Amino acid sequence: MSESHCKTPRTPAWLSWFVGRLGYGLLTAWVISLVVFIATQALPSDPARVILGPDAPLESILTLQHQLGLDQPILWQYLRWLGAALSGDLGVSLDSNAPVSHLLWGRFGYTLALLAGVIALVVPAALALGVALALRRDSRLDRWSLSLLIFLKATPGFLLAIGLVLLFSMPHMDFLPAVSILDPDQSLLRQLKFLILPVVALSLTALPYLTRMVRAAMIEALESDYVIAARLRGIPYRRIVWCHTLPNALVPAIQGVALTLRTLIGGAVLAEVIFSYPGIGTALNAAIQMRDLPMIQAIVLVITLAVVLINLLADLLTVLLTPKLRTARRVRMIQRNRRGITPWWRRSRGEA
Amino acid sequence: MNEPQIRKGALITALVIAIAVLGPWLAPHGTTDMVGPVYGAPMGSAWLGYDFLGHDVLSRLLSGGLSVLWMSVAAASIALAVGSTLGLLAGLSRRRLDQLITWSADVSLAFPDLILVLLIVSMLGRAPWLIVLTVSIAFIPGVIRLARASAVAVAGQEFVEAAQMMGYSRRRILFKEILPNILTPLLVHFGNMLTWGVGMLSGLSFLGYGVAPPTADWGLMINENQAGLLVQPWAVLAPAVLIGVFAYGTNILAEGIGRRSARTGEKQA
Repeated sequence: MSESHCKTPRTPAWLSWFVGRLGYGLLTAWVISLVVFIATQALPSDPARVILGPDAPLESILTLQHQLGLDQPILWQYLRWLGAALSGDLGVSLDSNAPVSHLLWGRFGYTLALLAGVIALVVPAALALGVALALRRDSRLDRWSLSLLIFLKATPGFLLAIGLVLLFSMPHMDFLPAVSILDPDQSLLRQLKFLILPVVALSLTALPYLTRMVRAAMIEALESDYVIAARLRGIPYRRIVWCHTLPNALVPAIQGVALTLRTLIGGAVLAEVIFSYPGIGTALNAAIQMRDLPMIQAIVLVITLAVVLINLLADLLTVLLTPKLRTARRVRMIQRNRRGITPWWRRSRGEA
Repeated sequence: MNEPQIRKGALITALVIAIAVLGPWLAPHGTTDMVGPVYGAPMGSAWLGYDFLGHDVLSRLLSGGLSVLWMSVAAASIALAVGSTLGLLAGLSRRRLDQLITWSADVSLAFPDLILVLLIVSMLGRAPWLIVLTVSIAFIPGVIRLARASAVAVAGQEFVEAAQMMGYSRRRILFKEILPNILTPLLVHFGNMLTWGVGMLSGLSFLGYGVAPPTADWGLMINENQAGLLVQPWAVLAPAVLIGVFAYGTNILAEGIGRRSARTGEKQA
């Protein structure tokens, strides 16, 4: 072992990589705020007219313009909006006159519960299914499951949700509520049955991608040299699968989960509307229909920032869980070796 | 083994397109003619019954596919054209431009597709061309990433270096060496975009931000007849099935193309 390696307990390279990655994330967040502001406040020629409709009298338009600060220079509007948002003040809802952050707080809880339920269901299911299919590669079970997964992947999520509503609103099928009319006075834990159908609907849309990803990663890992070496040494196959290959196949799955969450948030909007689930999606839908500008801005901003945060965490986890990256001595090595998502059709080619 | 998958996908896709394109001529009634009872059950010539206003569901079904299909094809094509141009530009140009394009793609990937489309459509209106444009904007970053990654992978191979040493012009290398080799992944992605596009556009009409009401449109039909789901499920099921079948067909097609290229790639290697 070299001298310098033993002597200096220097800061690990992944830490400085993470600082850079954090800066990148913050920059992205700032650009997102700019995009949201431009799309909502600068791009429409007159937001007040968009909100009030084409027939509104001039006076009320002028009042609203003043109320929203639209009569001020655009740069000043942006800075004021950004400053307020940074200090947690997301404005006042035009529809209900209550502070937006207050209105959204509970909604976020509901959507988070929904997404957490989906992840808790999908990740173990995808892992088990992916490993099982990889071990029985090209068998009849494998082929049939893959066809079913392709069918699920192709079907638009909201159709699956409507199908579930239809199924469970039929007579004799009323053991689960088809729509989620939650009682706001009771805690969510007491009304978990309302969560079941939305969670199942969203899980079905998320399952194919993750399962196929785990399956492909497992197949790749099972064919690698270290598995052959381990088998030659007489290590039981079961042990190789669960202790050697699965951890390696898990790393790309982290990025997969991050990507899934991004699609899930989009899908959640539709699913929530279909099941009348009181989450952020129904709030966005209502805000758009009411033309509630501060509400729309806040919801879109928070959702996109959440996606940025999710990506950041996924990247950090990937680096920390890959020994080669965690122990890298130089930032450059991490940037070069970081395993992004390779689409499966490219992966299978690389496999050969 | 994979040829059947491509053929099956092409057949299903073509079938739905044929229904959507020829449907308007075959429809027995006008799309806004009230010819039967509200939520009337299927009877006689009305195979699929009547909808929430008493329109003939079959007629609306036959006429309502064109809008979803042309919009998703247009959105996917625009995204493919713009995205692959930018992706190639990023993959083959100097670091600065590459970083700028990749980073912009990353930023726009932070917006979940549907949220971005909802934001723009709700602010700027719901003219069909605007919806097409916003859906394609939501798709572009994915295409950029794919085209860039494929171009970088191809550009490092020997035959490109050979072409450079032969002194071929950059344009020739781009169009004759690199483009043909990244066409397959892009084609697969195009198929996937059609699948997502149909889902997104019909979802958008379902939420009520797509095509304006009296027009027949599959997504809108689901939205309009949702209240009568238990009385007259056909008014919801029929358009839902057609949307699903089209999405399935395009997806199978994409899977087939992708698998075939993976297989031939394996053979060559």
